[in-house]
Amino acid sequence: MNRGIGSAKKTLFIGITALLFAWCHHLPAAGSDKWPGVDESVVEKYAKDHGREASEPLINTDQGDLLLFVFLIAGVMGGFAAGYSWRMLVSEKTRNKM
Amino acid sequence: MKIVKMPAFLLLATLVSWHTLGSPAFAMHISEGILPINWALVWFAVAIPFIAVGLRRVKQMAKDDLSAKPLIGLMAAVVFIISCMPVPVPTAGTCSHPCGTGIAAILLGPLVSVVIAGVSLLIQALFLAHGGLSTWGANVVSMGVVGSFTGFLTFRGLRLLRLNLAVAGFAAGLLADWATYLATAVELASGISGSAPFLPVFWKILIAFVPTQLPLGILEGAITAGMVTLLYRKRPDLLVKMHVIKPEEAI
Repeated sequence: MNRGIGSAKKTLFIGITALLFAWCHHLPAAGSDKWPGVDESVVEKYAKDHGREASEPLINTDQGDLLLFVFLIAGVMGGFAAGYSWRMLVSEKTRNKM
Repeated sequence: MKIVKMPAFLLLATLVSWHTLGSPAFAMHISEGILPINWALVWFAVAIPFIAVGLRRVKQMAKDDLSAKPLIGLMAAVVFIISCMPVPVPTAGTCSHPCGTGIAAILLGPLVSVVIAGVSLLIQALFLAHGGLSTWGANVVSMGVVGSFTGFLTFRGLRLLRLNLAVAGFAAGLLADWATYLATAVELASGISGSAPFLPVFWKILIAFVPTQLPLGILEGAITAGMVTLLYRKRPDLLVKMHVIKPEEAI
């Protein structure tokens, strides 16, 4: 019985998540086919209107797929640090209990 | 239990990675070169004292209590990841990201949260083409100082009014996010308005942020409430130690 409820919950969760992401990807198509960041659509747009333009970063990783690679590395390192710290926090509690 | 959660987790992880990796850095931080040098220096001057006092506080916390270190590590990772994770907002057709400074300020105090934001912003400016070195001070003030203090004061204020953890956490995350964008609008308007009057430029920028940040603030509120509640369940003793809850509230 419990397994059935768990399975239904899982299906519902996956369904809702998939629908949400599909919706996310179809709605903006009405306007344009990309999702600009607010740095581009607000910050840089209004700065440009007032004569200020963004310059190149000191280390420009925004070249081809290099930025994706750097983001991947940053995500992996951040994820590892978060997981390791969380494990330390939780295992500390277990040690305290013992 | 694990079997039930795994496919959903994998699906979420795949979709999040796809969103994160499949697009360039969509940021809310003020990009390199946007602010004139005099305004950039002003925001550096405002940010540096907070960073200096925050660093002393980190040192003191790490010395006084060993369990503070993993919590600082966890919050640093959370703020870093959250503040460079683009989240699409269908109502606006744009992307932006939450800040994470609300939750860091609630758990570690606003000064430590400023340091965490400062380090995250520095790494992002150096390697992720996200924000800028000349605008680091301005980004620290908006995301670090304003976001952290707003989140912290909101949480503590609502807790004094005896609201439960989840509600206080939600409001703190929500207001920390919105306050960050309010501060960004102030910084940007003061930097770019030149001889034009400040207020019309400020309102124009602030209103442009609204369609994206209104829903994202709600998301940040939900993340903050979720994290506070999760820590309350897993480590209530830690929340007592960090003065987030009173000893008698611990499970």
